[in-house]
Amino acid sequence: MMNRRACLEILKRHVTDEIVASTYSTASEWIDVHDRPLNYFSFGAMGLASSHGLGLALARPERKVVVLDGDGSLLMNLGTLVTIAAAAPKNLIHTVWHNGSYEANGGHPLPHGGVDFCGMARAAGITKVHRFDDIRNFEQRIGAILKEEGPVFVDMVIEQGPLGPRSYDEMYSPSRRRKLREALGA
Amino acid sequence: MDVGAPAAEAGDALRGAGIIRAVKDAGVTYVLSVPDLHTAGGILAPVTADKELTLIRTCKEDEAFGIAAGLSYGSKRALILIQYTGFLYSMNAIRAIACEHSMPMVMMIGLLSKEPGVPPAQSRRFGLRIIEPILDVMGIERHYIDTDADIAKITPAIRKAYETPKPVALLIGRRPV
Repeated sequence: MMNRRACLEILKRHVTDEIVASTYSTASEWIDVHDRPLNYFSFGAMGLASSHGLGLALARPERKVVVLDGDGSLLMNLGTLVTIAAAAPKNLIHTVWHNGSYEANGGHPLPHGGVDFCGMARAAGITKVHRFDDIRNFEQRIGAILKEEGPVFVDMVIEQGPLGPRSYDEMYSPSRRRKLREALGA
Repeated sequence: MDVGAPAAEAGDALRGAGIIRAVKDAGVTYVLSVPDLHTAGGILAPVTADKELTLIRTCKEDEAFGIAAGLSYGSKRALILIQYTGFLYSMNAIRAIACEHSMPMVMMIGLLSKEPGVPPAQSRRFGLRIIEPILDVMGIERHYIDTDADIAKITPAIRKAYETPKPVALLIGRRPV
């Protein structure tokens, strides 16, 4: 298993002008690692980060959109894998940060710890699927994966916690949303 | 808050072609939908063949609210075409994204099995009677679309939703043809 913050530090080195759409625990840590206008925070309706990301990818085909989803979140919206496969945006990379728990909701386990997210993504019709549980392997390959034509699905097997330091209200503040719209010219 | 009184008379028609034209006149280019028997033939079927609209079929209705939010960051306007049961299913996404986050969400809600000429609040069906009160308590503007005469409400309602921004509900009373 990998440490989430260490993985996000590696991701930071490869992110340039991509929109990064994140949610809950991973969002709090990502925004702490790499605070930037092109961060989009999915908040309030758990499970929909990848749907927000799909909308962003369709609306902004000239930019890559990287979704940092949670495993508990994805389980609340598994149909999204089918919707993404059908829409097939070339600029969407959907990562799920997989620690087997509803970390943001008190750290309780998922109903089943052995969920095969890669198998689910493939069965939904997504052909470019990757799984990482070794940080050296992730470090070697993430640069190339970010350049792949989407849709791409990545299962990130990580340790639980610790929770990032940012509050949801701060991450979803009007000023952040305004800066994102300004950065996108929207 | 119903804006405009129903113009319904039993036996009047509601044409899907007029609805689609009004939606496009408001700048909508995406339709996000789970099929609804009420609007499947009169609206969704022609949308699938309309080259000016991109249809994204979702597996559950609440996905559409996330997609519409993302699209808004690219200045793309979307119509969320769902049945009233899908509206009820999506309540938390509507609460968060549409209401608390003040995103421009345009819901076209099919009132499946509503009795002809009967206002939704007077329907014999519990699920239909509760739709308008739920919209009202959430502060979501609603428009009742039951005949061709009501179609004129659609374009300005969508424009207002995107310009404000805020959500709006377009309730489809009779089955469009």
